[in-house]
Amino acid sequence: MLDSIAPSLEPSLSAPPGSDVWTVEQAIAKLSHKDTGLRYYAAWWLGKVLGTAGTDAEHHAAAVDALMLALQDEADRTELGGYPLRRNAARALGKLADRRAVPSLMVCLDCDDFYVREAAAQALGSLGDRTCIPALIRLLDGGVAAAQLVPGRPHLTQPYEAVIEALGALAAIETTDLIRPFVEHPVARVQYAATRAMYQLTQNPAYGERLVHALQGSDIQLRRTALSDLGAIGYAPAAEAIASSAAENSFKLFALKGLLEHQLRLETTEALDERSLQIMTLMDSLL
Amino acid sequence: MTAVRALADARLEEGIPALIQALGYNNPGAAVMAVNGLVQLSEVAVQPLLEQLDGYNYGARAYAIRALAAIADPRALDALLDAAVNDFAPSVRRAAIKGIGSLHWQLLAEDDRAIAQTHVLETLLLVSSDPDWANRYAAVVGLQALAVALAKTAIDTSHVSQLSTRLAALAQTDPDPATKARARMAQQHLRQLSQPLLVA
Repeated sequence: MLDSIAPSLEPSLSAPPGSDVWTVEQAIAKLSHKDTGLRYYAAWWLGKVLGTAGTDAEHHAAAVDALMLALQDEADRTELGGYPLRRNAARALGKLADRRAVPSLMVCLDCDDFYVREAAAQALGSLGDRTCIPALIRLLDGGVAAAQLVPGRPHLTQPYEAVIEALGALAAIETTDLIRPFVEHPVARVQYAATRAMYQLTQNPAYGERLVHALQGSDIQLRRTALSDLGAIGYAPAAEAIASSAAENSFKLFALKGLLEHQLRLETTEALDERSLQIMTLMDSLL
Repeated sequence: MTAVRALADARLEEGIPALIQALGYNNPGAAVMAVNGLVQLSEVAVQPLLEQLDGYNYGARAYAIRALAAIADPRALDALLDAAVNDFAPSVRRAAIKGIGSLHWQLLAEDDRAIAQTHVLETLLLVSSDPDWANRYAAVVGLQALAVALAKTAIDTSHVSQLSTRLAALAQTDPDPATKARARMAQQHLRQLSQPLLVA
């Protein structure tokens, strides 16, 4: 994790023997294998392989169909009643960029497994289909007052971070007033998610500066979170502060890449602008 | 941390082993200070760094490779070439890939220099097709530095044209926007040196 260039939310998985030469068809078949461990791995594999490399349209569509089916899996359960395969299938669907998955992912927002709801919200945020906005908004019912830790569990009642980040990514401007109070939520990660979304929804630099300030925090995990948030919103004035923050170069490099990509999308001419050149010079120094 | 700073500031050859040890403390602040101290000591630190490359701690190895890359002594070439291609740790590979492009070539005799630059070019061309964008990005940084050096020293211009063709391809077709932009930046930089040969 520390050395990864893309901070990943995936659990670490040990690959089963032979999986390095799976074809897409074989991986799809493994999604209904009697060994639930293999099913779990196959869902992860499809997200990773098809999410980065791509394949022909027919296989891609077949993988999406099979993963949508896996969202209803009943066989793979944890002691606490969770659905590991559903979680991985939702994460994979978030990477496969096929909006046909949106309705089934919306159903997952009502799943009683917190982590399925979280994975579904993240996937919906990355698929970019705004029809899921009302379903995401429902998870914010009760506002900050309802956003409490579940006794005995390491998470809140709903996956607020994921939901708020998704609404920000989907540019759900109608949720601005709903999200604003979460900027003061007692859990720092929720605060950051809300700050990041508020920047995306309002473009108010005060929110970007709040995240820059968070780079000075004393907790390394939170500094990494702030780095990834700044990268996600592409807040260019943060470039210097990112490069000099106290975190691993991999995290800083990835955040600056986010800034650069945002900047490049704004460019209209053939020549690179000053800001892009400045960001790349900083990236060079972090290699 | 204060001890590492004092040691780095002292710039004493006797302090080198302790500075190298500080690379492995898993304390990024101390490690950065130790790297700076080693880079200031320059050539005398190269041999001890090479001898004590930590095969079991990739964090320490990344800092050592960064120090070697910054000192840029060509004696580190073999270690850097190996790390650029074979290390399993992304941070080590990135540092090495960048480093091989910007060695102090003038420290080598002309014949050795030509051989070394050929190896570096081959390696940079190879990693410029790596699946990991950050390795390709680092390869572009390395290629830019090598191009500048080659323009001054190369007798054989085929290297230069091979390099600029590759940069042009990356600037046009790399799937990663950051890498693509970095290749354009390299072309822009080389154009400013008014070396028409360098830009395909």
